[in-house]
Amino acid sequence: MATLRFDGLAIGKMPYWRCLAGPVTDAILMHRFANPARFLKIARPLTTWLFWPGLLLLLIGAGCGLFVTPADYLQGQTVRILYIHVPAAWLGMGGWSGIAIAALMQLVWRHPLAAVAGRAIAAPGALFTAICLMTGSIWGRPTWGTWWEWDGRMTSMLVLFFLYLGYIALANASARQGQQGGVSSVTAIFGLVGAVNIPIINRSVVWWNSLHQGPSITLRGSSIDGSLLWPLGLTLLGFSLLFGAIVLMRMRAILAENKVEARMQRLARG
Amino acid sequence: MKAKHQRLILALAALVALVGAGLLAASALKDEAAYFYAPNDVKTKGVEPGKAIRLGGMVVKDSLKRAADGVTIHFDVTDGKATVPATFSGIAPDLFKEGSGVVAEGAFDAKGTFIATNLLAKHDERYMPRELEGMNYNETTHEMKAEK
Repeated sequence: MATLRFDGLAIGKMPYWRCLAGPVTDAILMHRFANPARFLKIARPLTTWLFWPGLLLLLIGAGCGLFVTPADYLQGQTVRILYIHVPAAWLGMGGWSGIAIAALMQLVWRHPLAAVAGRAIAAPGALFTAICLMTGSIWGRPTWGTWWEWDGRMTSMLVLFFLYLGYIALANASARQGQQGGVSSVTAIFGLVGAVNIPIINRSVVWWNSLHQGPSITLRGSSIDGSLLWPLGLTLLGFSLLFGAIVLMRMRAILAENKVEARMQRLARG
Repeated sequence: MKAKHQRLILALAALVALVGAGLLAASALKDEAAYFYAPNDVKTKGVEPGKAIRLGGMVVKDSLKRAADGVTIHFDVTDGKATVPATFSGIAPDLFKEGSGVVAEGAFDAKGTFIATNLLAKHDERYMPRELEGMNYNETTHEMKAEK
C-alpha cells in the first residue's frame, strides 16, 4: 500500500499498482481524480459553474410553472406541484444510483474518493426523497382525496427514504471510527443492496395496480401536453445542477474535515 | 487474476443475484402488492362477499345516479373487460366523476354490488390545459385530435 498525500499529509492509502502505471481497463476519469488535490482543483470552479446556472434555471422554471403555464383541465392549479415533485423524485432515485456506483468503485477499485462521494450524496438524496414524498402527499389530498395510501409507488419511495436514513447512520458511524472521509465496506455493500429498490420504484406503477398514475413520459412520447411540459425540463435540469453543486461542496467539506483530523492527530502525537 | 478483477466479478455476481432476487420477489408479490382489484380480477378470481377490498376502474358514463336521500350514489365501475355495480354514501372527492378513474374501499354484498365505505379519485397520466378538454387522446401516438 502506498500512502496518499495531500498538502504533505497522509489522507488515504492506495495499492501500489495504482501508483506505478494505471491499467488500461480503468476509466480515465478515475485516474484523473484519484488524487484529491487534483480533484479539489477542478471541484472548486465546477461548484460555481453548477450552482449559479442551476439556481437560475430552477427559478425560471418554477416561475414559469407558477405563472405562465395554463391550469390542468382536471386538476386545476394543483398540477403546478409537478414542477417540484418530478425533479425531487428523479434526484431521490438518481442519488441512490450515484451511491451504488460510488459503492462499486469503492469495493472494486478502492477509489479513494468513492467513499467520500457516497457520503456526500446521501444527505441531499434523502432531502429530495422527502420533498418528493411531501409534495406528493400535498397533491394527493385534493386530487385523490387522501394524504397517504399504501400503494406500490408510495411505499417503495418511503422505503427509499428509510434506506437513505440507514445509509447516513452507517456512514456517520464508520466515519467516526476513523475510516477517513469515508464509509466502511459494510456501508458500501448496504448502498449496493439498496439499489435493488430503484427499478422497483420505477416499475411499481406498471407491475401492480396502483393509485399513483402510470408513467406520463415514456420513450414513445409524453402524455403531458407540451404547454404544461416545458417548465419541467427547466426545473429538472436546474435541480440536477444544484444537486451536483451540493454534492461537490459536501465532498470538499468532508476532505477538509479529514485534513483537520489528520493535522490534529499529528499535533497530538507531537 | 488480479485481486481487483476478483472483486469486480464478486461484486457483479452479487449484484446480479440481488437484482434477480428482488425481481422474483416483486413478481411473486404481483397479486398481494396490487393496490386494488379491477372488475375483471373480481370476476376471474372471485372475491367472497363481505371481504374488505379496494375496487378500481373507470366510472361508466351515464351510470352515476343519486338516490332520493341525496347522499347515496350508485355507479358502475369498469376496466373494459368487466363491469360491476357500486354504491357509496358520503362525500365523494372533487375529481370523482363519470368517465374518470376511481378506487373504492369496501366490500361486495351478497347480490354482487360493491358497497363502498370510502372513495378515492384516481388520476391518469394525462395532463393538458382546459382548451384541450374533450379532445380525443391517442394512446399510442400521444396526440390530441379534435372531436368530430
